[in-house]
Amino acid sequence: MSKLAELARLIRSKNAGPFELTFDIMFDDAAVYQRVRDSGALTREAIAARYGLPPAEVKFFYCDNALAVKATIPRPVPQGDLRDGDGHGGQQYAPLMDIEIPGRKV
Amino acid sequence: MTPAARTMEEIRILSPTGVMGSGFLETSFERALAHLPHFIGCDAGSTDPGPSHLGAGHAAFPRPAVKRDLRLMLIGARRLGIPLLIGSAGTAGADAHVEWTFEILREIAHEESLSFTLALICAEQDKAYLKRRLGEGRIKPLNPAPQFDEHTIERAERIVGMMGAEPFLRALDAGADVVLAGRSSDTAIFAGLPMQHGFAPGLAWHAAKILECGAAAVVNRKTPDCMMAFIRDDHFIVQAPDPGLRCTPQSIAAHSLYENADPFLIKECSGTINLTASRYEAVDERAVRVSGSRFIPADVYTVKLEGAEKVGYQSVFIGSIRDPFIIRQIDDWVTRLEGRIHARVAQVYGAALKAGDYHLNFRIYGKNGTMGPLEPVKEIRSHELCLIIEVTAPAQETASDIAGIIRHQGLHLPIPEWSGLITALACPYNPAHLDRGAVYRFCVNHVVEPDDPYEMFPMQLFSVAGATVRECGA
Repeated sequence: MSKLAELARLIRSKNAGPFELTFDIMFDDAAVYQRVRDSGALTREAIAARYGLPPAEVKFFYCDNALAVKATIPRPVPQGDLRDGDGHGGQQYAPLMDIEIPGRKV
Repeated sequence: MTPAARTMEEIRILSPTGVMGSGFLETSFERALAHLPHFIGCDAGSTDPGPSHLGAGHAAFPRPAVKRDLRLMLIGARRLGIPLLIGSAGTAGADAHVEWTFEILREIAHEESLSFTLALICAEQDKAYLKRRLGEGRIKPLNPAPQFDEHTIERAERIVGMMGAEPFLRALDAGADVVLAGRSSDTAIFAGLPMQHGFAPGLAWHAAKILECGAAAVVNRKTPDCMMAFIRDDHFIVQAPDPGLRCTPQSIAAHSLYENADPFLIKECSGTINLTASRYEAVDERAVRVSGSRFIPADVYTVKLEGAEKVGYQSVFIGSIRDPFIIRQIDDWVTRLEGRIHARVAQVYGAALKAGDYHLNFRIYGKNGTMGPLEPVKEIRSHELCLIIEVTAPAQETASDIAGIIRHQGLHLPIPEWSGLITALACPYNPAHLDRGAVYRFCVNHVVEPDDPYEMFPMQLFSVAGATVRECGA
């Protein structure tokens, strides 16, 4: 088992416009990316569970040529609205960092 | 747009930086000019800095920073005699932002004795026009979208439309050397001219998508800097002019992820950029060749709207807590504080200010200040907490007065563990609160279906000769 943060080159979050929040999980190494992609641990359902959403509200993509996994969710509060605490959406990725990815180092 | 016959072997495009005012290296810019680009494009805005820029009509970047970048671009473009296209002027691209940038541009023209034909394209929308289109059923929600009706239009401080490539081309066809446009699709700034010269729309739009962020797509980004694209018959090459910056197939492929909801399909006014079949190959250590990108024309031309409305006026109280007795009961303590604030406001204002007329918000840093309800960690692991308490009210004076109530109620709110008068909050500032002025929210996430790509984006042409600026008709 490895934590996702130990395998990814970069895990980030950002606004995708004022009403959506997007996550990019990026890898340096094709074998590591494939291990994560094929592990069954980083899925639409896993993201939905971490952010308390029904899976249907999560847009989810494997981007093979970018060695990246991407997910987009509706913002809980629109950017800059009264209860928004993260105007750029830049610090919303932390719950993804400790997702356990099965398998050995490749 | 009607496909044109290709008029050149290659079109070279320079994007000096991802956003005007964020800067670029002069050495990179000079290297780029030595490649003889056919035009320079620059995005000057975004919703990313938040709704207050659109709401209040202010720019996010400092005026001297914008002037520095614009001066170099204008001098470079005039030296080569090539078009300079600027979109989303002044951050939000409403009329106030275009006017602000126009004034900077006039100063530069005067100081540098530059002469050119300038097109100004406005993107702020007339409320009567929007109501008419709404009544016709030609304003449609994107997902997710807030409620949008006549009242939304009425309440909004400003609503802008995000123009496509066509208004830029109309300005160039009318003889403009420099185009200063209001809110624009970032890609539209770069995609129009290559298509007009007959290059494949899929390549033009994909190259534009990379260019609009300047050198953001390189592997080893140091500072904001220049990027170039060379579009040819069946591919394009991207390369940063700074010899120290490298693009790799992965870095260019990964760039389509950034700030996009979908990494393969990107919606524009006139269609959708489709990157599912894009191929990325290394040309050498620094340049990448891209091919296979497509553009699927839309059946209906749509223009995205952005709007901001005033929520009220805000004051912010900042205080911290070190007492572990208070920290372990923080949720309950805050609930009790909220009750006391409302009770005191009712005592002071009576019927003149009801609970629904003002809004309190508590942010507890050290607990869930960053993620709010999305925070999965429930236990507090910090020995201190920072409390930010906001009040938003119909007038600044009211917000400021309530902030004074917040301070005093919070300062001495008792807990059962201690008997006697306690002081529960450490205040780093005096006065203990800050007045923030008007605050805004984004109120629109919709598209309009106009009759044509131009009706929402009127153009004015000016002849600029040093200090003399003369309108020459549109």
